[in-house]
Amino acid sequence: MNPGMNPGMVRDMAPVATPFFFYLLAGLAVAGGVLVITRRNAVHSALALIVTLLAVAGLYLMLYAPFVAGIQIIVYAGGIMVLFLFVIMLVNIERSSKDRRFNRMWPVGLGAACALLALFVSAFVKGKALFPDRMMSLPESSNTQQIATMLYGEGGKMGPYTFAFEIASLLLLVAILGAVIMTKKKI
Amino acid sequence: MPNFIMSYLDSSVRGTPGEAGSQFWALIYVFIIFTGVSVAVMAMNWLERKALAHFQIRLGPMRVGPHGLLQPIADAIKLMLKEDIIPAEADQFAFWVAPMIGLLAAFAVYTVIPFGPSQAVSDMNIGILFMLGVSSLGVLGIVVAGWASNSHYPLIGALRSSAQMVSYEVAMGLAVVSAILMTSLNASGTGTLSMIGIVRAQQEQGVWFIFKFFPLGLIAFVIFAIAMVAETNRAPFDMAEAESELTAGYHTEYSGLRWSLFMLAEYAAMIAVSSIAVTLWLGGWMRPFPNLLNAPAWDFIFSFFPALTFFGLAAIAIVGVARMSSHSFFRIQRVGLAVFAAVLGFIAVLLLVIAVGGRSVDANVAAGSAARFREGIDDVYWFVLKVAVFMYLFIWYRATWPRYRFDQLMRVGWKVLLPISLGVLVVTAIVGVIVS
Repeated sequence: MNPGMNPGMVRDMAPVATPFFFYLLAGLAVAGGVLVITRRNAVHSALALIVTLLAVAGLYLMLYAPFVAGIQIIVYAGGIMVLFLFVIMLVNIERSSKDRRFNRMWPVGLGAACALLALFVSAFVKGKALFPDRMMSLPESSNTQQIATMLYGEGGKMGPYTFAFEIASLLLLVAILGAVIMTKKKI
Repeated sequence: MPNFIMSYLDSSVRGTPGEAGSQFWALIYVFIIFTGVSVAVMAMNWLERKALAHFQIRLGPMRVGPHGLLQPIADAIKLMLKEDIIPAEADQFAFWVAPMIGLLAAFAVYTVIPFGPSQAVSDMNIGILFMLGVSSLGVLGIVVAGWASNSHYPLIGALRSSAQMVSYEVAMGLAVVSAILMTSLNASGTGTLSMIGIVRAQQEQGVWFIFKFFPLGLIAFVIFAIAMVAETNRAPFDMAEAESELTAGYHTEYSGLRWSLFMLAEYAAMIAVSSIAVTLWLGGWMRPFPNLLNAPAWDFIFSFFPALTFFGLAAIAIVGVARMSSHSFFRIQRVGLAVFAAVLGFIAVLLLVIAVGGRSVDANVAAGSAARFREGIDDVYWFVLKVAVFMYLFIWYRATWPRYRFDQLMRVGWKVLLPISLGVLVVTAIVGVIVS
């Protein structure tokens, strides 16, 4: 938002057709998720997963979190999915698509699905008590700053997630080093 | 006039249609940008063939229209009428969807490109993140196309292309971050990711970021300029479609309209990345020396540049008419070129009238609108001119440099560009802390 804007425009910036877009994006995400596990062809599954990830990015936008939505697109849809496709293209799809799937793993899958369903039901029933019933009061434009303050702290003080953030980046560094050592015989 | 049209022409309203909440004007802008980019791609197609030909002491297209000016239209008709072949062994759905992904990714980024302070569809506060993210989706189209063709050359092309784009994206992102860091050097200490905000930061600091903390800004810009050529798969980084090794790379099996969608996406992506470079380092829509020569008289002088450019183009066309053979065989071509020159001259006169008419900045509404219209034309002109320089550079690179070998390309990406961009980022941060 520019400082020179007149105040009348702020009112007009309220999102339009919110329920429509919510149901559209949620439907796309669910449909993509179903397609991921039902397609026999791995590349089609990956494409469906991309649709799901993009729909989730749209949902983040509707939650007034544009920075999270942008990172979702860059990291998941742009980065990780390209690597997925890269790997899928190198394996023999002809043979793997004829393999019997879910071989003897279905009790575990069923258990996990039941646990997830129980979680969703409990969140739906007790949602009013668990989550505060109000809109985000912060302006959309400060979303990036808010995240920065939480991750890196403000005015010399550590933010609530600074430690977790640093530990996570250290973990990623270890993973990178591990990958290098595994592929290189001699460094 | 209806209220929704007036709402945006009113000179008291500033900002993009997205900010003003005007869906009508947002749609109009989308339409204008889509048409403009498509026309620019056709012009670029002609210019590339002509310029490459002249680099190699050839004439290039000369038959269809005067100096081959109608060649892109003939090409478009040919591509549309050509048989659309889907190989029998190809994956039908993926083959069909791949060009769409590339095209959507290439065109979606135009919603945030700021052609002027209010000449953008919308001003997202994550503008540059959005542009980088969506343009990185373009690689999905290439990968899927290469896989769906179910053929060796396209698959190798797609693998090369995805490896290359993923590697160069890292250096590109770090170069962008060092430019974004520079936006935070103001009183409040908070930077911005918005494309319009980035240009405004350069305006406030009174320097284009390419010259900021010399030579840090320049190094970051050069890294971006190299990475963006690799990112769009253009020569000398066109490993994905190296015709001497891979026929045509990932689009070997494509024909007709589907192939032209890849072509359109490639050129649209080239314009998009050039726009990022112009916005981040070259002052976006600002004219040269906006702070040094800020008197209204200088404003007035610089506002004649659009008209002068079109007069120059018209003059070139008139010289072409004069130099063409007077043989009756060439009569239609001469008349056609003369009409083209007349159209260019008419546009130039129109721009001249706008430049003179928008001179006075009075309090009354009509003069204010005229001044605003003139400013808008100036902004778009300077932005497009800077982008056009980059587009010419793309052709120049292609004509000049030999293609990289794939291992050399990877070495440059990971062992040269990435460390340098990391170093520039760290040094920029340190200098920024010291300065502020």
